[in-house]
Amino acid sequence: MIRKLLKNLKLTSAFFGVFLTLALSVQATEVDTLMHRDSATSAEKVDSAASAQEFNAGEMIIEHIIDSHEWHICNWHGEPVSIPLPVILLDEGKLVVFSSGHFKHGEEAYQGYKLEEDGPNKGKIVKVKEDGTINEEAKVPLDFSITKAVLSLFIGVALILIIFLSAAKRYTANPNRAPKGIQSVVEPLILFVRDDIAIPAIGKAKYMKYMPYLLTIFFFIFINNLLGLIPFFPGGVNLTGNLAITMVMAIFTFLITTFSGNRSYWVHIVNTPGVPWWLKIPIPLMPIVEIIGLITKPFVLMVRLFANITAGHIILLGFMSLIFIFGGMAAWIGFAVSPVSILFGVFMSLLELLVAFIQAYVFALLSAIYFGMAVEEHHNEHAEGHEIQH
Amino acid sequence: MELVKVDIGLLFWMTLTFGILLFILGKYAWKPIMKMLHEREESIDKALNAAEDAKKEMLKLKAGNEQLLLEAKEERDALLRDARKVKESIIEEARAKANEEANRIIENARESIQYEKLAAINDLKNQIASISIEIAEKLLGQELSNKEKQKELTEKLLKEVKIN
Repeated sequence: MIRKLLKNLKLTSAFFGVFLTLALSVQATEVDTLMHRDSATSAEKVDSAASAQEFNAGEMIIEHIIDSHEWHICNWHGEPVSIPLPVILLDEGKLVVFSSGHFKHGEEAYQGYKLEEDGPNKGKIVKVKEDGTINEEAKVPLDFSITKAVLSLFIGVALILIIFLSAAKRYTANPNRAPKGIQSVVEPLILFVRDDIAIPAIGKAKYMKYMPYLLTIFFFIFINNLLGLIPFFPGGVNLTGNLAITMVMAIFTFLITTFSGNRSYWVHIVNTPGVPWWLKIPIPLMPIVEIIGLITKPFVLMVRLFANITAGHIILLGFMSLIFIFGGMAAWIGFAVSPVSILFGVFMSLLELLVAFIQAYVFALLSAIYFGMAVEEHHNEHAEGHEIQH
Repeated sequence: MELVKVDIGLLFWMTLTFGILLFILGKYAWKPIMKMLHEREESIDKALNAAEDAKKEMLKLKAGNEQLLLEAKEERDALLRDARKVKESIIEEARAKANEEANRIIENARESIQYEKLAAINDLKNQIASISIEIAEKLLGQELSNKEKQKELTEKLLKEVKIN
């Protein structure tokens, strides 16, 4: 099964390889224009011209990785080209909706709101006073804007729906026939989730109940990871490397685990079998450890996916930044470094393709293992003991 | 660290979107797909089992056919053997009958030969008698002049005539 998947991945990566070499050159020009913008805007504000001229790789990378109210595509003649996204604010019970284009890339205030440029609220929408200065006393309004990440989320979800609803249609249209077209792409993955994740972790008797969730998180993570690897418009957003996204999925896993826990699961937590009594009475040490374990499991799920995907994006952007850091010294050094950077970039992208799959697999597998622990019937407490601790 | 901040907005949209995605996929994609996959696996299993059964049936049939062929061969052999026996017995019988017939014919012939022989002998005897009488007449014509000689002659003739 894995061999089959790797074969599929090989095909996909071959496709992406071509794609990426194209894409990386685009990314390179993007960074280039960004560098010019950075220097232009900071030159106006900062007195020290020398430090402003330098290309700030860290700032550029963070700007690419975090969420924003506009979808920056590239710079054209020093002007940023971006898609303005709708701003939806809940300000003291009042709903405010307008386009983020009114902010002029954060330079202007609109309807008494402005994008904070510095400080702890950097990038957030804050209220401004009549004279244009930031109102420090006013509460920061609740921001439900369709940000870059939200739009990317919608695009990813739409893609997933298109793929799987059409696959489902094919399944119902040609029952009991060999898979064809989109079916043959998704079927090995679906069977992989079923036969190598759900059944071994949960068991043949109860896995069916959890299949919809496991398949959904697997494909949600996998497809959004892949979208994140495409460096231009519909992709390129660090969606699965966003804590809010991973947190929601981790909470779903936690809730499903908690609500499907059977008697022996709770007994296991409150009165862990096979542990000396003095670890439970008078100080309930083991129950405390078990309850902490309940929380750490989804927490680790959340952090692992976030860290892996974010790290991949940072490294890729880092390699690209190298060109401009060296280019800052002298143009020819930048050009000389670029082949090496691109080579490493391609290598990292291929590695990220693998990571995209592995992280989807790990998230689904660990969720399945937690569900399996929750529904497992302990016939022989000592023999079965503790599950694999992750 | 902006990187590890969780935005309430994104949290809200993700929960909403992910929940809807879970619902739609669960109802309209995973349910039919899992059901169809299961059904297909079952139908493949069934088809394979049916093929296996058919193969076994074929083997059985083949064995039956061979058995039948063997029996037919044996029957044919038995029939041939019987036919040969019948043929031989018919020939034997015919031969016996022919022998008997031949023997009977021979016997008949022998009897008739015997009869003819006796007849011929009788005939011969009569002729000899008549010839003897003629001879005797002639001799008697000569010899009857002498009485002694007559008697002698008669006796001698009588003795001679007793052939059989």
